[in-house]
Amino acid sequence: MRITQGAFSFLPDLTDEQISAQVEYCLNNDWAIGVEYTDDPHPRNTYWEMWGNPMFDLRDAAGVMMEVKACRKAFPDHYIRLNAFDSTRGFETVRLSFIVNRPKTEPTFDYTRTEVRGRTVNITMTTER
Amino acid sequence: MTDTTSSEPPVEEAVPTHVDLAADFRDSGVAEVLDELDRELVGLKPVKQRIRETAALLIVDRARRRLGLTQNTPTLHMSFTGNPGTGKTTVALRMADILHRLGYVRKGHLVSVTRDDLVGQYIGHTAPKTKDVLKKAMGGVLFIDEAYYLYRPDNERDYGQEAIEILLQVMENQRDDLVVILAGYADRMEKFYQSNPGFRSRIAHHIDFPDYTDGELLAIAESMLDDQNYRLDTEAQKAMADYIALRRTQPHFANARSIRNALDRARLRQANRLFNTSGPIDAGELSRIAASDIRASRVFGAEQ
Repeated sequence: MRITQGAFSFLPDLTDEQISAQVEYCLNNDWAIGVEYTDDPHPRNTYWEMWGNPMFDLRDAAGVMMEVKACRKAFPDHYIRLNAFDSTRGFETVRLSFIVNRPKTEPTFDYTRTEVRGRTVNITMTTER
Repeated sequence: MTDTTSSEPPVEEAVPTHVDLAADFRDSGVAEVLDELDRELVGLKPVKQRIRETAALLIVDRARRRLGLTQNTPTLHMSFTGNPGTGKTTVALRMADILHRLGYVRKGHLVSVTRDDLVGQYIGHTAPKTKDVLKKAMGGVLFIDEAYYLYRPDNERDYGQEAIEILLQVMENQRDDLVVILAGYADRMEKFYQSNPGFRSRIAHHIDFPDYTDGELLAIAESMLDDQNYRLDTEAQKAMADYIALRRTQPHFANARSIRNALDRARLRQANRLFNTSGPIDAGELSRIAASDIRASRVFGAEQ
């Protein structure tokens, strides 16, 4: 199942030039880029593993692409995303996040319905690999 | 999303059949940088000449690329050799500007580092540190001051070697993204290149910075003071000329940097002198540096 998390996820996968262009946009806004990866794209799995520290003070997308390529090389079959962090007072949060690498076969999710008190049903979602 | 990310192939641009180099030179804005270089930097004749030549080479290369005669990015890594205080960093800044205006680097900023910024203290520290610096320098110019400190032949387990390997790899593979300028004393850089042939073969432009003459140093002193709205009176000019001649013979002479430090101290003495005089002081007096401010220097004391 194609995971649709973050920006651009309903579009075809971005090419490296397109990723560079997006990174360039982020850097022009003085956002710091962090590379993160995971093998479990469960919606509740908010915090992915960090690939090094977020990169502050970069001027050009080539630096970020270097890390993206290194991360892809180490984890070719993982999800990799870029987070752009805005440190401006009042935001102080991630402003843009998008996936830059997907595994060849993406996992699906399994629903388990549990009848509880009265007519209430609890639904648990688990990643099926 | 905008149309910049459309996946259609771009429309084939017609290859032009001729180029106007003079117009190219004018439009790129490099002329301004070169003129600025001539105007603002005293002396350094051979350096200016080399930079003009390099600029010409880059313009011609760009024209060749436009006509489809060449595809490769030329090797732009450089080596600046010369004694301290001869303007290597200043020229590197201008060089970054020139390269940016000609489109050889995308951003045109200068990241100035020394061994400490590249080499870590423990195993495994060096690679991330070096990569961090490289990432910051991407799209601009990486200026490595006193580059020979990277290589310490007396200690074979020195982490400098690791930094050198990463640098070489990036210098080779990402020539489009980054220009590296190595700087240092001429003789020690020569030794450094001898023990690291990889660097020598990857550096195309070697520029040697000569020492300044006494007259040039005096001109530099005056322009430095002029920038800060100070001036030397006639007596002080003589004192400064004497100072330069004397200072040169003493150890740790660092050309323009020594002059700047001397002027900073002279300003301190001038401030003290004015502070101790009573009565009103006008603007002329506030910006005048007298001979006594310079003659009080330790340099003159040494000969007595």
